[in-house]
Amino acid sequence: MSEILLINLSILILFLPLAGFGVVILFGKRFSKLYLFEQGIITLAFILSVIVAVVKLSSYVNQDILFAFTWIDFGNVPMLGELKIDLGIKLDNLTVIMLFVVNLISMLVHHYSVEYMKGDAKYNRYFAYLGIFTFSMLGIVLTDNILMMYIFWELVGLSSYLLIGFWFEKDSASDAGKKAFIVNRVGDIGMFIGILILFATYQTFSFDAIYEKISMGIIPFDSGAWLTAAGILLFMGAVGKSAQFPLHVWLPDAMEGPTPVSALIHAATMVAAGVYLVARIFVMLTADAMLVIAVVGAFTSFIAASIALTQNDIKKVLAYSTVSQLGYMIMSLGVGAYAFAFFHLVTHAFFKACLFLGSGSVIHAMHHEQDIQKMGGLRRKMPLTYLSFLISTLAISGIPLTSGFLSKDGILAGTLAFGSLTGHWLIPIFGFTVAMMTAFYMFRLVILTFHGEPTDKHKFDHAHESPRLMVYPLVLLAVLSIFIWYTPNPLAPNQGWFLSSWVKTPQTVVPQDLRFEFMQSTETGTGIVHSEMYEHAMHWAHYPAMILSVILAGLGILLAFMMYQWKKISPDKFAEKVKPLYNLSLNKWYIDEIYQSTFINGTLILSNFLAWFDNTIIDGIVNGSATVTRLFSRISGWFDNYVVDGFVNFTAFFSGFIGLSFRRIQTGKVQTYIVFVIFSVLILIILL
Amino acid sequence: MIEVGLTHFLVISAALFSFGIYGVVTRKNAVMVLMGVELILNAANINFVAFARYGNFGLNGQIMALFIIILAAAEAAIALAIVLNIYKTFAHVNIDEIDNLKE
Repeated sequence: MSEILLINLSILILFLPLAGFGVVILFGKRFSKLYLFEQGIITLAFILSVIVAVVKLSSYVNQDILFAFTWIDFGNVPMLGELKIDLGIKLDNLTVIMLFVVNLISMLVHHYSVEYMKGDAKYNRYFAYLGIFTFSMLGIVLTDNILMMYIFWELVGLSSYLLIGFWFEKDSASDAGKKAFIVNRVGDIGMFIGILILFATYQTFSFDAIYEKISMGIIPFDSGAWLTAAGILLFMGAVGKSAQFPLHVWLPDAMEGPTPVSALIHAATMVAAGVYLVARIFVMLTADAMLVIAVVGAFTSFIAASIALTQNDIKKVLAYSTVSQLGYMIMSLGVGAYAFAFFHLVTHAFFKACLFLGSGSVIHAMHHEQDIQKMGGLRRKMPLTYLSFLISTLAISGIPLTSGFLSKDGILAGTLAFGSLTGHWLIPIFGFTVAMMTAFYMFRLVILTFHGEPTDKHKFDHAHESPRLMVYPLVLLAVLSIFIWYTPNPLAPNQGWFLSSWVKTPQTVVPQDLRFEFMQSTETGTGIVHSEMYEHAMHWAHYPAMILSVILAGLGILLAFMMYQWKKISPDKFAEKVKPLYNLSLNKWYIDEIYQSTFINGTLILSNFLAWFDNTIIDGIVNGSATVTRLFSRISGWFDNYVVDGFVNFTAFFSGFIGLSFRRIQTGKVQTYIVFVIFSVLILIILL
Repeated sequence: MIEVGLTHFLVISAALFSFGIYGVVTRKNAVMVLMGVELILNAANINFVAFARYGNFGLNGQIMALFIIILAAAEAAIALAIVLNIYKTFAHVNIDEIDNLKE
């Protein structure tokens, strides 16, 4: 298959969901069966993306396929020279893998939603929104330049707003939609400034062109600090989209959306976009920027995992676990374990989508009950859901033989290597703690939901396994969470095709003095190795990380079983002992409250002040000028009435008076007139 | 013996004009007013003829005097007809009281 065909196919994949959106949103009200069209479209897009991925990974595995066209040609701009904006598509291994993942999850969510959303009043519109969301996400994945990425980035923000706030009749849902949108905006401003810094320096938006110029030693304003700033500002976009601290607050609230939407947005796509962005800009990150990213990621994963420990809403637990896992990926990119970050992005997409869809299945069966305290024993009623949920839980906890074990282990090894090379040991400590907490809260979730005795007998009796169309995505995703798809050896991810041939750490372009010492690229027989020093450290850290993470995960699981299955330790008594910590976790570190009292109340105070200013000062000025005007008009009115009118009336009166007095002369007697004539003539004669 | 010259004619003419004016202005009877007008016209005639006699104007003055006589006759005819009509309407010819056009 030729390159041009691949490009055409990927453009087709990009625009198919948009076409679906357009048709369904326009005609969905008239034809109630139109959602089937959207189903067909997304299935077709998935099949095409499989073809593209297979062809790309088999025939062009070491070659990027590029396609670009000039969007706007400004010609010769004064002071800048030739300026034009190119848009284009870049198909590299990252792109086609993401293409596959996004389309797969999107398709499964589409199929799943057919049953889950049955009976909803806005059924067709829901599928239209899914279509535009998929379109936006594919745009981010396919683009070869940061401008187009920003455009689709905002489109993702818009469509996620529509989906999260889908049940906008509920105040909480519309609030969550707004919160997601506004919080994302904060990050996007940073990203936009970052883009502007790059464009001002390089006059191009294309990733490859920018990196080529950086590698030639051209950096913004000839200062490494600006390059760091550009990297961190672009990362701010990822902080918003990937829900990193301090902008993670929107994601848990976004659980107000329909559950399949959570699976789509919060597992595989929207939140992955941030990680994907950081992966795209990875090569231009300076040492300082990477450190910031690593610390933000580590702190996020820790804070989110600690909150997930005590949540009782099944979706909230998964939401915080998502934030925590995204923190892992970001941290992994920050410590330089690029390939593992992307690997984790893919594996996490599958098992987290499975978990979300599984929770949707449970919620569906329990008639929209989301509190895990009121569940239990569902294992017997929903065996398939339970099994797939369990496999995904094992994967997210990092138990051997699962995909999660491979990627998580790689990330932890990366942090250990980073610690040993730079001395930042706090990052691996966070990483390992989170691994243990993840295993604990995930098994707490599984045990409370599926094991033990039902706490709500009535709802339990009505629970049933979900329809086949809802179960098959779960099973498929659970199967994809097993190691065999990624590597033949379940203990060595490096030997798998995913990491050995598909995804490799790219060569950094940052000047020598700005990058970490260990980020030296060296040519070896098998191609460019990203850094020999780092590889050594990773190799050294591989087994300790693996053993430690398995032990910690095992401990976490054991603790969960002790507390909730065998009830050897009472969770309540334990919570009582660490009351302050428990409250901190239960109240989500009071971050929402802090935002409420600082930013939101600050904004309100500012708005109130401005309203007061408007009402008193501005309106005062306006009203004052009105009063003054009125005063003036009154004076001028008086002047008109008395002076001007008086003058006019006086003129009239005077004329009348004169007329009256002269009237007497007009006697009507000819003789009198003649006398006048004669005297006048006489006077004239005398005068002359 | 004082030779009769232009001045004498002019004095007579002025006196006649003055009498005429006096008559026109003071009389209440319309016929008397008309007679005053005749006097004025004749004063003018005397002026014309006198200037013709002592001046160097040829026969212009005499011709003009003849015109005026004709004009006076026509005027008297019309004016007397009007006065007759006034008399028929008001039963008197007192011009002080004929002021219907006033106001």
